[in-house]
Amino acid sequence: MSEFEGKRLVKGNFAASYAARAANVQVVTAFPITPQTLVVEKISELVDSGKMNCEFVRMESEHSVMAGLIGASYAGARTFSATSGQGLLYMAEPVHWAAGTRLPIVMTIASRGIAPPWNIWADFSDIVTQRDSGWLMALLSGHQEIYDSVLMAYKISENPDVMLPYMLAYGGFILSHTSKPIHMPKQSLIDEFLPKIPKLGWDHVFLDPDRPIMHGNLIMPNTTPGYQEFRMKIQLAQLKAKPIIREVAKEFKETFGRDYGNGMVQEYKCKDAEFIMINCGILAKQMENVVDFMRSLGHKVGMLRLRTYRPFPTEDIIDAVKHAKIIGVVDRATAFGSPTGGPISSETMAALHNDPQTKDLRVIPFINGIGGRDVVTQQQKRQFEILMECYDKGELVKNEELMSTTYWTGAMGVK
Amino acid sequence: MSDWKNICKDKDSRPKEQKYKNWKELTPIPISFPDNAMQTGNWRSFRPVLDKEKCTKCGICWLYCPEGTIKQGEDGYYVIDLTYCKGCGICAHECPVGAMEMVTEEEAQESDVE
Repeated sequence: MSEFEGKRLVKGNFAASYAARAANVQVVTAFPITPQTLVVEKISELVDSGKMNCEFVRMESEHSVMAGLIGASYAGARTFSATSGQGLLYMAEPVHWAAGTRLPIVMTIASRGIAPPWNIWADFSDIVTQRDSGWLMALLSGHQEIYDSVLMAYKISENPDVMLPYMLAYGGFILSHTSKPIHMPKQSLIDEFLPKIPKLGWDHVFLDPDRPIMHGNLIMPNTTPGYQEFRMKIQLAQLKAKPIIREVAKEFKETFGRDYGNGMVQEYKCKDAEFIMINCGILAKQMENVVDFMRSLGHKVGMLRLRTYRPFPTEDIIDAVKHAKIIGVVDRATAFGSPTGGPISSETMAALHNDPQTKDLRVIPFINGIGGRDVVTQQQKRQFEILMECYDKGELVKNEELMSTTYWTGAMGVK
Repeated sequence: MSDWKNICKDKDSRPKEQKYKNWKELTPIPISFPDNAMQTGNWRSFRPVLDKEKCTKCGICWLYCPEGTIKQGEDGYYVIDLTYCKGCGICAHECPVGAMEMVTEEEAQESDVE
């Protein structure tokens, strides 16, 4: 058996590298940034030792990393890279270009807090800065899921109805630098699962001197079809991606036997739950234990893991929480100045408000674990207690963690 | 042209222009083919005119044209594609023997009529 099949103990970052190899990625551009560096280090090692057949280009900055991927993807190559925090911010301009040109680039993000003050630990604020760029986004919660999601991402991104780049985020260090066993399927199965890379490039754009085209050119404001219509097409592609993500998750389960909910969200004991917490990333995985514990005390609680962040799983959330008495939304990111201070809670409120089944459902926002601060099960248990108390009293429970309408649990000086 | 999915596959079967019933049928990004790209010649207010008596066929103008609108004709003299020439004047500035002269578009068009 080859070293790339079967069970192996790997770091979260290496899971991304091995998945890129398994997906037959043709071009990788790289620039190091903590905690992502190991992803591209491993790929360079694999390329150097002849175990991975791809073009590996060392770039001088993250901006050039994405520019390089755009060029390679224009030419019809399957492309991959990885970055983190400040690197993603520096990359921002071509990040938007990649989505606007509809190139199926896949990039893993070992999410970290944004400076200042310097921070390199788990915090999804970095991808939140790019959430409206048109990229598809997923928040991952395990080593195996990192590996599997890279494979799924190519299948979704390269679907002609989608053709959008994909960002896969997982918490820096907590997932990126810890090791866990993952199962890597047979290469033949993966090759069968993934779409074929078209020999003549993508259907809508390519670089070929024999078939010259001009694209991405300047459009005057009142030209039709023009700028507005092409922007509408990006939103349309995001909406079309929802059923495709669900379909690919289902197919993945049938092929490889691993379950990621419906691809958009993953429910944990939500069916009969009265109090539901929406969570994401590794903290959602941890919260499953808390749900079990709360259930053992007789509380009917449940947890909904937000797996796909873009497109926002509006229908899936409504469907999962419509019977609840009250819900909480836990963010491991900040969106300063937004209605709640947390990105997912603000958007969940907006999503629920527009549906008659959930427009009166109370949403309690929580923010925790930012900049990689530890969130232990006791804290998550307390979040459930605050949620239930808010429902019993019919109003927000006043405590030191409450700022405006949001509970910043784990803040200084609060037990 | 609702089926854009093969628009880029084959040079010969590609449509001369793209027609859409509504915006949903558009290609994912705006595309122009060389035969319907923006004709930048409309921007020109000065036109380069070649004096064949002075021209030494050295090819400097061809080398310097930033838009690639200059080509060598069969007789060896260089010809300017006025559909795309913006009239920037770089060829006239670079010509070592001063064979390229910039004349105003009005003047050039008048002499065209004559």
